[in-house]
Amino acid sequence: MKSLAELQAIKDKMKDKVILREGSGDMRVVVGMATCGIAAGARPVLNALVEEVNNQGLGGKVTVSQTGCIGICQFEPVVEVFEAGKEKVTYVKMTAEKAKEVVEKHLKGGRVITDYTLKDENL
Amino acid sequence: MKELSLNILDITENSVKAGASLTEITLTETPETLIITIKDDGCGMSEETVKSVIDPFYTTRTTRKVGMGIPLLKLASEQTGGEFEINSSDSLEDHGTLVKASFNKNHIDFTPLGDIISTVTTLIQGHPDTDFLFTHTFGEAAVSLDTREIRQVLEDVPLDTYEVIKWIEENLKEQYSEAFPSI
Repeated sequence: MKSLAELQAIKDKMKDKVILREGSGDMRVVVGMATCGIAAGARPVLNALVEEVNNQGLGGKVTVSQTGCIGICQFEPVVEVFEAGKEKVTYVKMTAEKAKEVVEKHLKGGRVITDYTLKDENL
Repeated sequence: MKELSLNILDITENSVKAGASLTEITLTETPETLIITIKDDGCGMSEETVKSVIDPFYTTRTTRKVGMGIPLLKLASEQTGGEFEINSSDSLEDHGTLVKASFNKNHIDFTPLGDIISTVTTLIQGHPDTDFLFTHTFGEAAVSLDTREIRQVLEDVPLDTYEVIKWIEENLKEQYSEAFPSI
């Protein structure tokens, strides 16, 4: 059973890392989680991002968070990437698979996957 | 919505947005029925606002004029012959909102509950500073998770820490396999 004792062990392990975490987070990934996003499949996209950010060892650098309706419901699930000093990147019609690719190629590799981004002609 | 667990995620987001410090999600099941209750201690709504949230063309959001969350859950419930209820109070002493939807599980239009564990972990990941009490009962069997207990153990370690979210997911999976071995 996943006991509280096990949770205690996680706490002891994480305590030192917390301080480290607070000073970091130069990349922010935001998933739209309003009715439109949720209905279009945002939940598995968010979970894939959280999972893959951890798998790729980016936990200290990337923060994955949730937001409300971004205003482009027809393109949901929408994922926005914010990075200091760079223009915001908006990924549209995301899936869990595409999300994993974004973590690997963009968040880790630094290359924006333009196939999945919102284009001006779409608006 | 393809799963009722997604409606639950959607409605609970409203509770968080209303500034709730505790949101209680309760699922009560029998072989024939499912009752979903979402109760929060957020800012609540005025009588007039409550009336209008049931209307799909009412929303407080400014990015878009249509709010579909409550109407979608109401529809999902009523299409199975179930009942939908929303009560809210915005008084200073006692504020909060209660949403209750019942479902006839054997009705052909019943939407399956789906991945409820994922809904719980998604809520905690997105809102690590608010508390959730999740309870799912089926007769004598019960699954429950209280973030206040988890928070007490973790002290200043945030609830959205990856390892903590994983622990919650595994804990719920184990509880489900013990409580409902047939599912």
